Amino acid sequence: MNTLFQVSRRPLSFVLPVMGLMGAFIGLFIGPAFGSALIGIIFGSLVAVILAYGISATEYLRPKVVRLLLPVLLAALGFLLLGLFGSFCGALIGWFFGWFFYWIYEGGYRIKLHAYLTSNQVLWHYSFRVICGLIFIFLITPILVVMPLSFNAQNFFTFTPEMLRFDPAGYSLKHYKDFFSNDEWQRSFWNSLIIAPIATIISVSLGTLAAIGLSQSHVPAKRAIMAILISPMIVPLIISATGMFFFYSTMGNFMENTLGLDKNFVGYVKVVLAHAVLGIPFVIITVTATLVGFDTSLTRAAANMGANPITTFFRVQMPLIFPGVVSGGLFAFITSFDEVVVVMFIGSASQKTLPWQMFIGLREQISPTILAVATILVCISVALLMTLEMLRRRSERLRGITPG
Amino acid sequence: MKFTKTVLVTVALSLSTGLASAGAHEEMTIVSWGGAYSKSQLKAYHEPYTAMTGVTIINDESAGTAVAKLRAMKEAGNLTWDVVDVEAGPAMQLCDEGLAMEIDHDTMLAAAPDGTPASEDFGSFIVSPCFIPQIVYSYTVGYRNDMVGSTPPTSICAIFDTETYPGKRSLKKGALSNMEWALLCDGVAKADIYPMLETAEGQDQALAKLDTIKDDVIWWSAGADTPQLLADGEVVMGSTFNGRLFALIEEQKQPVSMLWDGQIYDLDGWIIPTGLSPERQARALDYVKFATDTQRLADQSKWISYGPTRASSAPLVDKHAELGIAMAPHMPTDPANSNNTFLMNYAFWADYKDDVESKFQAWLAK
Repeated sequence: MNTLFQVSRRPLSFVLPVMGLMGAFIGLFIGPAFGSALIGIIFGSLVAVILAYGISATEYLRPKVVRLLLPVLLAALGFLLLGLFGSFCGALIGWFFGWFFYWIYEGGYRIKLHAYLTSNQVLWHYSFRVICGLIFIFLITPILVVMPLSFNAQNFFTFTPEMLRFDPAGYSLKHYKDFFSNDEWQRSFWNSLIIAPIATIISVSLGTLAAIGLSQSHVPAKRAIMAILISPMIVPLIISATGMFFFYSTMGNFMENTLGLDKNFVGYVKVVLAHAVLGIPFVIITVTATLVGFDTSLTRAAANMGANPITTFFRVQMPLIFPGVVSGGLFAFITSFDEVVVVMFIGSASQKTLPWQMFIGLREQISPTILAVATILVCISVALLMTLEMLRRRSERLRGITPG
Repeated sequence: MKFTKTVLVTVALSLSTGLASAGAHEEMTIVSWGGAYSKSQLKAYHEPYTAMTGVTIINDESAGTAVAKLRAMKEAGNLTWDVVDVEAGPAMQLCDEGLAMEIDHDTMLAAAPDGTPASEDFGSFIVSPCFIPQIVYSYTVGYRNDMVGSTPPTSICAIFDTETYPGKRSLKKGALSNMEWALLCDGVAKADIYPMLETAEGQDQALAKLDTIKDDVIWWSAGADTPQLLADGEVVMGSTFNGRLFALIEEQKQPVSMLWDGQIYDLDGWIIPTGLSPERQARALDYVKFATDTQRLADQSKWISYGPTRASSAPLVDKHAELGIAMAPHMPTDPANSNNTFLMNYAFWADYKDDVESKFQAWLAK
């Protein structure tokens, strides 16, 4: 294979422009801190080219030594210019630069590729990975940025100079303390914890039943019924919310005045029902999708052996479609847990949920407590998803089924 | 099956707690703005009132959408609010539409300690028969100390002076306050501003003045925006409510100063919606009578730098409850701060708001 392409040291005419490009790319991000991105690009590419040329000229230094020296030198430089934060960045850039230089210079970038690829194909191979990485960064950065900001010692959404210097005085847990000690936040948190699970249970039960019913061959006007059941997901939320407001107001008045139920209790019932309606389409869609792969002869076999329909459902059908039910339930839960428009219309202040409180906090205060709550929620969601995934894998292992 | 049982038990439990709590205690929902303002009401009005009467108060922070929501509630026959905090303009509007209840200020509100009837004590602040005045606040401008060079601004017209004070400025995304300042800084005499704004030419003149800085403006829509922008150093100056600037400067210790020149006074107060059941209405009136007496209004100024609307409360204004600084010099109504002020013409805004606002928004979109 190596007859086609020799992995060997690359010529400087190739290495220097690549290093220049890399320097320009880094400069693009550092430049704005010093005034302008253009300065960063020019300066970055120049420094990178000169540095690369310098290293390639010093043949007597072994790569390992160079790769150790570079981060140390740049860290010292960064410390002089920007303090602790600068030295951290300097070390990082130095390490990356050393690695990248030898990766290009020694031809390391072709080792793991097929030897018959043309230069353009190799270029595309790496460009593709860079693009994917950028998309990933684009998706995840807004979530990650929130986390350090939630430890801000100040009451603003700003990275203070103390924070950038890694000065402990710039950080504090006071926004977390505020979340756990403030009555408004606690009340809305518990409201969310009450409303979301009950709404999920209702939408999972009703949605699963609807999906099973709609998968029967003898149901008339299946598509029309499906369309109506899915409509809460398609109609703009603000329209559903307005309609629901008038509907549930009448219903609430009836429950309060005629049935004599407590005002708060009726308030919770209204919000739970409204959220259940919003969650049902998700359950129907996921369960219907799972039912496509369900072998109906199994239910007939069960009936043949004397099981009544209810036993058949719980013992045969339910275990097989369970993954679909669970993911539908997750979507329903998140729908309710994230929902702000409908609850603002239907709920009164006693049913204030977490998103509602966050919305108010953002509108009236811009307090980093919101960021603390967001961080906690992200951690809970990640933990929840990981637990579910682990449970699923475990049950698959136990039952000897592999996904796919 | 165990899981199903647990779920059923949980549901049954939560249902029974819901039923058990039925009718256990009295409560009322009060609508306000949230943030430091709600906190000042909580400390000065709600907590003493709950301690006195046992009525639980739920704070609904929806005052920003009060007019629209009250209309919808009225139509749906589902009134969940008992007392609503609104600005003077919307209060007039709600009164005209019959959504707010008319108040006899002398019989329904407490008299001053020396026996002066409430209507005299509030004086000209009673701008509508439905309006129960609470505080005076003002639209004013704050600036970054480190971005204005050696000549900090002394006049409101610094907003339009992009040569001396280059950089972005944040202004309210609405006609109110901007139109007045534009004409004022275009050389119009204060008394002529509202009559001029009634005419199309006057409105065009104001917008033409705003045109000169349009590229330098970040428009804010929530009271918290300008403080955040100033703290970030993204704007050199910005308009907001004086209480927000007080919190930014005195509580958060940001390098910001405040300009009292050309401040525009506005009022905030309570209204009671029409259509409450007799017992809820009686409770709302009882609360409002308590919350707007002389001492309570003075107490609120311990928590936020908004001035009490009763003349008899002014001498009682004390120190900030947590910072311990005297609050009188931070009141928009303090003589030292009110050399060049501007009382908002509520009647003008009640009549012309829709016109002027749509013209302003159209200009903004250009």
